[in-house]
Amino acid sequence: MTKSGRFTYHILVGLLALGMTYPILWLVASSLKPNNEIFATAYSLIPSRLEFANYVTGWQGFAGTTFATFFKNSFIIVIISTIGAVISSALVAYGLARTRFFGQKFWFACMMVTMMLPHDVIIVPQYVMFAKFGWLSTFKPLIVPHFFGAPFFIFLMMQFIRTIPRELDEAAKIDGCSKYGIFFRIVVPLIVPALITCSIFSFYWRWDDFINPLIYLNNPEKYPVSLALKLFLDGESLNNWGGMFAMATLSLLPVVIVFFIFQKYIVEGISTTGLKG
Amino acid sequence: MKKLRENEHITGYVFSAPFILGFLIFTLYPILSSLYYSFTNYNLMEAPRWLGLANYERMFMEDAKIAKSFQVTFTYVFASVPLRLIFALFVAMILNASTRAVGLYRSAFYLPSLIGGSVAVAIMWQQIFGDKGLVNSFLSLIGIPSSTSWIGNPSTALWTLVALSIWQFGSSMIIFLAGLKNIPRDYYEAASVDGANAVSRFFKITIPLLSPIILFNLTLQTISAFLTFTPAYIISRGEGGPLDQTLLYSLYLYRKAFSHFEMGYASAMAWIMLLIVGIFTALIFKSSTAWVHYESKGD
Repeated sequence: MTKSGRFTYHILVGLLALGMTYPILWLVASSLKPNNEIFATAYSLIPSRLEFANYVTGWQGFAGTTFATFFKNSFIIVIISTIGAVISSALVAYGLARTRFFGQKFWFACMMVTMMLPHDVIIVPQYVMFAKFGWLSTFKPLIVPHFFGAPFFIFLMMQFIRTIPRELDEAAKIDGCSKYGIFFRIVVPLIVPALITCSIFSFYWRWDDFINPLIYLNNPEKYPVSLALKLFLDGESLNNWGGMFAMATLSLLPVVIVFFIFQKYIVEGISTTGLKG
Repeated sequence: MKKLRENEHITGYVFSAPFILGFLIFTLYPILSSLYYSFTNYNLMEAPRWLGLANYERMFMEDAKIAKSFQVTFTYVFASVPLRLIFALFVAMILNASTRAVGLYRSAFYLPSLIGGSVAVAIMWQQIFGDKGLVNSFLSLIGIPSSTSWIGNPSTALWTLVALSIWQFGSSMIIFLAGLKNIPRDYYEAASVDGANAVSRFFKITIPLLSPIILFNLTLQTISAFLTFTPAYIISRGEGGPLDQTLLYSLYLYRKAFSHFEMGYASAMAWIMLLIVGIFTALIFKSSTAWVHYESKGD
């Protein structure tokens, strides 16, 4: 490219990038505008004065339950289910990729089918089942199923484990290592990047999850942030736009922070497996 | 020797146990019970009552809302998936042309798809397209005053959802970008020497070599578009309005199951959805023999 060509290129692509991110910038700007200004000068990204009070009024939440509770709930659900999903998926991935046992191909096929299965199909019967377990209005339906391996993660880790030379396993076996020893001492340290990628995606999916909390939780004290944001749209607090924008911005913050810290793993994860971010 | 082999069977099952148990309890059992519920009338309070095919007949004979919901969902899928992929490929090719600052642009284009599924973004979208929102504000700034809410107007409501979906082209773009980087530059150079222009280079080199990735993207995006729920729920406040224009299939299924507690009917709906998604996936794969080009690794 010529110098002027490069200049035009960066102007055009830069403008496109600005256009793409404008809605997000608008959300952040609106969270810092006084309530009467948000829609009066909606096109503007610059508040006449910085109104941090939105963050205070938004944080107060609904009927005595503050966003401290909602964030705490989100973190409890997200962290526990992520730990469960990653550890259980690693175990299963190793089992399916590196041990030969009766029915192995069958279970691998089951996993692939589960991966393709639309969630809509099992949402009703799972609800009925968890209702019978007495799990409604608890975090259990949102956490426990993740301790049984997530097909997407199992698949991704299996791809990773297959790149580890079998000679390593053989050498460890000769040194007296059991299959369990091989898993913990050789495989786990080598698949750390895959573990990180899976943890990040699990974090995103659980943090954004809306339909499951919507179905299973009915007491606002148990609400995660995603569900709590919906309360801004319900009735009484309909006028607190600033507070709503402020809490929406805060709810995106963990996701964006994780993205900037772990960018490399995310881009690799999407490129190699097509995981949807 | 025999003892060692038996050991490996046990070890295999020990490692795979979480998935096997989870599959039986949280997937297989629910699927089978869903199939059973779909033939019953079940409101959670009383035991399921056998109806035979009545739920399915009702779906296709009596329920006018479900016809509307199909129409809305198909419009959404057929508009948003191709446009999203075209955008993704277009931007990926632009970024592939440059060597500098790609990382920064890539992040900017990826950000919307990173946060796009969240409630926060759905709320943001609702306000952007509201009567006093960002879009109308911009329109009046350039001299086209508009005071109708794009969300509240039945003829535009669904298109705000389509726009939201296209806006999230970032993850597909990253997959395309990785694919483009794998196309050797000498292919293009050789074609240029032979006198091929940019358009024919695109259709003769880029598209065929990317076709497996396009197939992959098309399949995944179509499935997930059929299952879109959160934005439709938030933007229409759980109702699917105005005039059922945003009543995506998943939202209607949710309303049947958890607002009306018609678990049998909702299960029948879920099976029809599974069938439709299955048919579309099969069609995409069937058509792929005609347009997907796999490079033979041998030569």
